[in-house]
Amino acid sequence: MARFLFRRLALGLLIMWLISLAVFALFFIAPNDVARTLAGRQATPETVALISARLGLDQPIWKQYLDFLGKAIHGDLGYDYYHQVPVTEIMAQALPITLSLVAGGAIIWLVMGVFNGVVSAIRPRSFVDRSLTAFALFFYSMPTFFLGLLLLYFLYYQLTVAGYPIFPPGGYAPLSDGFWPWLQHMILPWFTLALVSAATYTRLTRASMLEVLGEDYVRTARAKGIRESRVITRHALRSAMTPIVTQFGIDVGALVGGVVVTETVFSLPGLGKTSIDAINQQDLPVIIGIVLFASLAVVVANIVVDIFYAVLDPRVRLH
Amino acid sequence: MALLEVRDLRVAFNTPDGVLEAVRGLSFDVDRGSTLAIVGESGSGKSVATQTITGLTSGARVSGSARFDGTELIGASSEVLRTIRGARIGMIFQDPLSSLHPYYTVGWQIVEMIRAHDRSVSTSAARRRAADLLGVVGIPHARTRIDDYPHQFSGGMRQRVMIAMAMALDPVLLIADEPTTALDVTVQAQVLAVMRRLQEDFGTAIILITHDLGVVAEMSDEVVVMYAGSAMERAPRRTLFYANHHPYSEGLLGSLPAKGGTRDRLTPILGVPPSLIGLPAGCPFAPRCPYAFDRCWRETPPLRMVFDDPDHASACWLTPVLSEREALRAARVDREPDQPQESASATRVEVRP
Ligand SMILES: Nc1ncnc2c1ncn2[C@@H]1O[C@H](COP(=O)(O)OP(=O)(O)O)[C@@H](O)[C@H]1O
Ligand code: SF4
Ligand SMILES: [Mg+2]
Repeated sequence: MARFLFRRLALGLLIMWLISLAVFALFFIAPNDVARTLAGRQATPETVALISARLGLDQPIWKQYLDFLGKAIHGDLGYDYYHQVPVTEIMAQALPITLSLVAGGAIIWLVMGVFNGVVSAIRPRSFVDRSLTAFALFFYSMPTFFLGLLLLYFLYYQLTVAGYPIFPPGGYAPLSDGFWPWLQHMILPWFTLALVSAATYTRLTRASMLEVLGEDYVRTARAKGIRESRVITRHALRSAMTPIVTQFGIDVGALVGGVVVTETVFSLPGLGKTSIDAINQQDLPVIIGIVLFASLAVVVANIVVDIFYAVLDPRVRLH
Repeated sequence: MALLEVRDLRVAFNTPDGVLEAVRGLSFDVDRGSTLAIVGESGSGKSVATQTITGLTSGARVSGSARFDGTELIGASSEVLRTIRGARIGMIFQDPLSSLHPYYTVGWQIVEMIRAHDRSVSTSAARRRAADLLGVVGIPHARTRIDDYPHQFSGGMRQRVMIAMAMALDPVLLIADEPTTALDVTVQAQVLAVMRRLQEDFGTAIILITHDLGVVAEMSDEVVVMYAGSAMERAPRRTLFYANHHPYSEGLLGSLPAKGGTRDRLTPILGVPPSLIGLPAGCPFAPRCPYAFDRCWRETPPLRMVFDDPDHASACWLTPVLSEREALRAARVDREPDQPQESASATRVEVRP
């Protein structure tokens, strides 16, 4: 187990290093001349040279890279081009918003998806199974921004017009303002994110459960006289969770770096919206910071999934 | 009254190709403390029949009766069946690795079984009992091995774990569905020995499903030979081995006395079992039977007494008189000196039921 963990961490570090190389290559040694772009069209060659020197662009490539890497490792991602705010500070403000969104959405889609999937698998091809499948596919086939706008129209606009202003049109209220305002701002984004993803989890859970329910050890559990509810949860679902947990980890890891569409629709200034704004303004340090962080989130999520996998399955753990 | 009385059990599945009749009118008794072997080729309905009795088949059309110790099991509520399963009828299956849950220790799985039927047993008491049981079935260092996972045991040891679990609540009936098929030959004998010892100690009745006639010879009191979902022959073990009536039993046992009187010649049965979907009338074995004659194709033979032995029944139109049946056998050996063939030209002795 310790060796497995070590190998996994080493692999994660290797991947992060490769990503840092790729990011560096893309943004610093790509054909576009950063210093000239930054200096603007009217700049004299002297200005460009000055900017070049300040960014360390006059150094040899390998030295530039080491400099970039060393700073990044120490949490120094530079300053944004427009307000000279540290990139880490910008990200630190956006991250809690994205985390709020992802955590709530993930819990909702996981509970919904697994519950519906289990119910479907218990009676495959039944009316309930078909209805849940139809429900899941309805939201699955809906573009996120459209679902978001739909929820806003009915639950914000129509409700407010009708005199029940329960949901705000968007924006974020930090938890420090109180739990209720925070919740009010998060519910619609949560369901937008969750409903679109729940279908994947319903199908995944259903398929996984159907397979496990045919296993010999489930028959043994029934032959032992275990209650059916317990057979489903402790015996079947326990095994069926493995592929679900894997998918969940990967999805959450991918979203922690920013939930672009949902954040944009609901004007949530999380990492997703921040990165879109940064791209529009060509704010390179911010883009790089978010790309690095998003990659790190994916790598960490994969390691966590692997560890979880081992924890779940003694055959992996005790190997 | 027998411990288990199965009468005219029928189990049918709806499949995309039509209705599959997996069990077609099966009847048998199991006496307290005795062993009934059910033999037959793979697909003959042995597992479906026994699992239906304990309520483990789902999505099937079931009819007939199975009275267990006075309780009718066919059509019983799932709660009644659940309390009987495990506590009064233990079951073990062919593949002990896939039959144990890979994520739980064997101790946990045995404790779960004990506590499922009696909440008043504390977990620690159940654990002690589980460790004792593992010792009884011959697992060394049972007290520490109780915390191991199934994959940490060898095949034979795993089947011992299954036996320990099935016997944990001292059931009156143990259904063992091909318990040794997946095991090495040397391990098979050990596992059978464990089962026999437990049977002697606890007086458990056993339904032993197998297609290994060596196992039948070693373990059983009575034998039911199944083919295409129904019983072809039912007889005490010795009778089945030395004076069987049904041509299918004869084929299974390779019991043709070769010229010179030795019985060790292997005679495989040619052909394959019929499809269980839309099976035509007549004897289901007719297409493969070296004795088949006109009537066999027209009328389905019922299970009836043969050789004037009330314990011996066969579903075959051939003569129920021992000497005449032996004469037919001898005639067949003369006709087919080396290899059994499907020949239609021999004279048969037809007897009205
Ligand atoms: N759930 C099911 N649905 C459809 N057919 C089944 C099902 N279970 C078993 N069968 C069929 O019933 C027949 C008897 O199977 P089984 O009892 O497992 O045979 P055996 O145990 O004698 O090898 C086989 O043809 C098998 O394909
Ligand atoms: S009834 Fe006819 S076909 Fe069937 S086993 Fe007897 S002799 Fe053979
Ligand atoms: Mg079977």
